[in-house]
Amino acid sequence: MRRMALTLLLVLFCGGVVAENASLSISCGALGVELQLCQQGVDHWSSQTGVEVNIVSTPNSSSERFALYQQILASRSSDIDILQIDVVWPGTLAPHLIDLSAYIDKDLTRQYFKTLITNNTIDDRLVAMPWFTVAGVLYYRSDLLEKYEFNPPETWRQLTSMARHIQNAEREAGSPRMQGFVFQAKGYEGLTCNALEWIDSFGGGTLVNQRGDVTIGNPRAIAALDLAASWIGDIAPQGVLNYDEEQSRGVFQSGNAVFMRNWPYAWALGNAADSPVRGQIGVVALPRGGDQGHHSGVLGGWQLAVSKYSKHPQLAANLVQYLTSYAEQKRRATVGSYNPTIPELYRDPDVLKATPFLGTLYKSFEQAVARPSRITGDQYARVSAEFYYAVHEVLAGKKSAAAALPGLQRKLERLSRGGQW
Amino acid sequence: MPMLMVLALVAGWPLIKTIAYGFTDASLIDPESANFIGLDNFTYLLQDSYWWSSVWNTVVFAVVSVSLETVLGLIIALTLHAHFPGRGGLRAAILIPWAIPTVVSAQMWNWMYNDVFGVLNHVFLLLGLIDDPVAWTASPDTALLSIIIVDVWKTTPFMALLLLAGLQMLPQECYESARIDGVHPIKVFFRITLPLLKPTLMVAIIFRLLDALRVFDLVYVMSGNNHNTMSMSVYARQQLIDFGGLGFGSAASTLIFLIIALFTIMYLSVARVGRES
Repeated sequence: MRRMALTLLLVLFCGGVVAENASLSISCGALGVELQLCQQGVDHWSSQTGVEVNIVSTPNSSSERFALYQQILASRSSDIDILQIDVVWPGTLAPHLIDLSAYIDKDLTRQYFKTLITNNTIDDRLVAMPWFTVAGVLYYRSDLLEKYEFNPPETWRQLTSMARHIQNAEREAGSPRMQGFVFQAKGYEGLTCNALEWIDSFGGGTLVNQRGDVTIGNPRAIAALDLAASWIGDIAPQGVLNYDEEQSRGVFQSGNAVFMRNWPYAWALGNAADSPVRGQIGVVALPRGGDQGHHSGVLGGWQLAVSKYSKHPQLAANLVQYLTSYAEQKRRATVGSYNPTIPELYRDPDVLKATPFLGTLYKSFEQAVARPSRITGDQYARVSAEFYYAVHEVLAGKKSAAAALPGLQRKLERLSRGGQW
Repeated sequence: MPMLMVLALVAGWPLIKTIAYGFTDASLIDPESANFIGLDNFTYLLQDSYWWSSVWNTVVFAVVSVSLETVLGLIIALTLHAHFPGRGGLRAAILIPWAIPTVVSAQMWNWMYNDVFGVLNHVFLLLGLIDDPVAWTASPDTALLSIIIVDVWKTTPFMALLLLAGLQMLPQECYESARIDGVHPIKVFFRITLPLLKPTLMVAIIFRLLDALRVFDLVYVMSGNNHNTMSMSVYARQQLIDFGGLGFGSAASTLIFLIIALFTIMYLSVARVGRES
């Protein structure tokens, strides 16, 4: 029924003309300059190959886009050839995507970040090519750290004591609203990212390991969450429990916080002409859990995939290869500050000149930790929701981490059907 | 007849389809390979404590917000019913909250509620009503209340307008004879206005109640999938879209439909009994 309606619409729109030449359609995001950059890249390829490419606009909200993709793919529609997909979707969408390794050379894919290629490889099939990447990073007020003679924190404990010191001193000095640290602790995917960073930096694993075993009920994860819970009401405002990225940026950018965990996009906005903290912001990798811990940052970003129901998979794969190529990513990095997925580009002088902080953040991107979406497949959204609900309860002080995590472990084990997923 | 056909197509077909999916284990990504699993979805749903907390939140939200909106709406309608200069302008002005898209007003209020830079805390601190900033949308004690306040702010104008229309239809003779007899205005309100306005009130309340029971956008924008505030529709959406559980989400939607139908029937029968007596 739905397919019939779609076909009918298509016929109406195309005036019943069956195209002689092949044409492709690509869906790419439209946040900020995203659409414009995509259009330019596509136009360039189009003029070289003579293949007509249409850009299909899809919702900006990633959960709405995910729902739309699921419906389009479930109806086996060939309306969209190339899909821009989030880093946590390959596990769910894989059955509907083609294996790009048949079209793109292995030597080429080796040039990309390994974590991303692994993330996009489901059952030995490369279902998507990494287009641009992000990772969680720590922002700090360079002027305040200088004033109190601190270096950026190495560990979370250092961050805690620095934040407390500066916050209290600044409140005494006439900024009553100063906060030590803001992050994203609203009950949503963002909290999963934040909590995974704390736990991973303590060596507490990533919720589910590569083999599919649930690993969350461990003492290091408990220690990490206990520390995070102690921040609420101390260095972080109570309201952080309902903050998303924009709410925390609101606090930080209005000059009311010493530290902030956020994605790289906040850099350009924080240094915009009308920003009160312009030129007073520094970015570093997120702190380590402790002496045995390591720096961590959750992997985010977007990939390009080709639908299995595309009528021209070869052409579509070519366009994907072009859009994710070194040259095109370099253009996107210099013009739009989109973080490349090819390590080489982080050493490219032109890129570094346009976006200096890319060099300092290279390690964050290289070592970024993936959410367990690949192994948990279409159960990922449920796993993530159970996780952020449990973490939210701990942060809100309703339960201790030691009481909440074993329960979460059991819940996830039941979901995992004995590690099978 | 064509009317019925159109109605069956646009309303009946999706409804039947949704109910049918509720008895299967269909997933959003592959709806065609669905198996019939009988009442499994519903039995699981009835055992899910998250579902029941969302039902409770929705009922609290609907009852409290509609009650407040009715009382405030009535007061505003009575005020606007009086003759005073600038009445037309004021009538248009009170509609502004209703005219703003819910998503926009929810986001706007979210900023005003913010505990660090929000204007609400700033004003309350200045007035000395609170000693420390309150995290309105984050604290479980105030989260649902803050959402109710936004809904009241947004929908009271709509209620006031409906009731104002009702007030203007009332026969003037009763008021004139009451004035001649020298009846106290408060007595006039309870003896004449309220009984005469009752049919309008009933319609307005059921309108709002049905709307409030389906509440989605306000809750979703202000606090997402938080269980402290999650409404039934937010629950169903999470199951259906986020988790891709077409079958389970459809079962939840069906149950929402039944609960709302139940409310309507209860309300209508109470209203009928009230009218007959």
